[in-house]
Amino acid sequence: MRTANFPLEITQELLFSKALHEGVINRQTQNYSLQTDKLNVFIDNQHILKDIDLRIPEKSITCIIGPSGCGKSTLLKTFNRMHDETPEVKVTGRVVVDGLNIYDSKTNVIDTRKKMGLLAQRPCPLPMSIYDNVAFGPKIHGLRKRKSLNQMVIQYLQYVGLWEEVKGRIRTPASRLSIGQQQRLCLARGLAVEPHFILGDEATSALDPISTKKIEELFLKLKEKYTVVLVTHTLRQARRIADYVVFMYMGKVIEAGTTEQFFNHPTKQLTKEYLSGSFS
Amino acid sequence: MKLKNIEETFFKALMIASTLAIAGVLLMIIGTIVYKGLPSLTWDMVTKLPGGGFYLGKEGGVLNAIVGSIYIVAGSLVLSLFMSIPVVMYINFYLPKKSWFASVVRFSFDILFGIPSIVYGAFGFALMVYLGVRASLMGGIITIAMLITPIMMRSLDEVARLQSRDLPDALLSLGATKLEMIRVITRQIMPGLMTAVLLAVGRGIGDAATVLFTAGFTDNIPQSLNQPVATLPLAIFFQLGSPVEEVQNRAYASAVILTVIILLLSFSARFFSSRYSKSKI
Repeated sequence: MRTANFPLEITQELLFSKALHEGVINRQTQNYSLQTDKLNVFIDNQHILKDIDLRIPEKSITCIIGPSGCGKSTLLKTFNRMHDETPEVKVTGRVVVDGLNIYDSKTNVIDTRKKMGLLAQRPCPLPMSIYDNVAFGPKIHGLRKRKSLNQMVIQYLQYVGLWEEVKGRIRTPASRLSIGQQQRLCLARGLAVEPHFILGDEATSALDPISTKKIEELFLKLKEKYTVVLVTHTLRQARRIADYVVFMYMGKVIEAGTTEQFFNHPTKQLTKEYLSGSFS
Repeated sequence: MKLKNIEETFFKALMIASTLAIAGVLLMIIGTIVYKGLPSLTWDMVTKLPGGGFYLGKEGGVLNAIVGSIYIVAGSLVLSLFMSIPVVMYINFYLPKKSWFASVVRFSFDILFGIPSIVYGAFGFALMVYLGVRASLMGGIITIAMLITPIMMRSLDEVARLQSRDLPDALLSLGATKLEMIRVITRQIMPGLMTAVLLAVGRGIGDAATVLFTAGFTDNIPQSLNQPVATLPLAIFFQLGSPVEEVQNRAYASAVILTVIILLLSFSARFFSSRYSKSKI
């Protein structure tokens, strides 16, 4: 069972919603390194996220699901402060990463983003060679030694299973890779920055089934070392790889829990309707 | 035939006719200057400075104007790139999407774009008189830079605006600073940058009115930024104004030289930008 590593009370209870399980949450706070407190997001004065209180368990895969426009991607973007780039977005509340509120004025946005590896919906390789794509992150964060860079590039390309496919041509432009390969390259590029968390924003939705399978297998491998948070619109994907599921609707967290519990014993009427396909 | 078919045929014919007309005009221009200029286009024209009495039909060439034009355009291109790239990057990637300030900047560059080159020349001249600077290579470079910066800025801006948000987002999420992001984006828009440079150079090298008062004219190649400099458009202008037929023909030969320079620049820029994008992007 995937959740075997977690304390019994965590796997048995619905942990994510503070409102639901305040007692359990408070006792287990030290196990969580990513959590939100009263997180609200407004875009052009529209209330997009409403009082999100989440605890994301460490070293596991948490899938955020919900119908289009429910705020899943907006929530994910608050985790690496990508909303900073759009001034019409206002964020209130706290997002605490490794004990630090990332929205505190003292927190450095670059450090925060370094901790959060993002895998976007469409792969976007940088306009440079395969090698330089992976080496870019370490380079901008100060690694200059050619030998260490080489090692890093090989290591992460191997990790995402791309090394064998590209080893003869790592100096060729990354844009020549297939789209599935590009997505794995983007993952390697993100990992090379040595993040603590992996965020995926519908990271497989542009890929074919085989590439999707490869990425999903990588996520399963990644959760041994990283905390993985994925936004997905496919319930089946959540069922396949998630340890925990968060269901959002209209900017609110409706229900959250372990995958087994969420899919087999949903407690909320809205969740049941969503799972049965009454709306999507 | 149905009405729709007639309509289709009519407009198709109209498009073909316009295309042919445009191509025809280009051919006629090139044909005229080549026909009139080629007999006078000797090796001396491109390798020699004007000798005494050159403008009366005696021996010499327009090397002074060729070198002068290249100096001015190269100088103003560098100056203009240093001004327009930061502006374009700032209004596209630092300011928010709906920024009123960016709109103001775009609007002002649109106005500058439409100002006739003689006005730039007059403005540059007034400025130089005020500063006590004489017509010189420096004056020419600055006024030509004023002329071509709006062109460069507008075409770069179009390229930058068409960039998807994916690349900036990918870079920022890796923890890149904005400056590191800008560096990568500049590589991405390199082909667009080349087009902008070509448009600007084409305009800058061929413009006579701007340099008329600001760069002066001389039979020598300038040795410093403070010396006056000859340019090809002015060389054509002065030679064409001569009553001597041979000198007039040399004006056409100079026009051929100018056209060939622009064509060479154009082809080499295309060649390098396509090679660059194939190997790097």
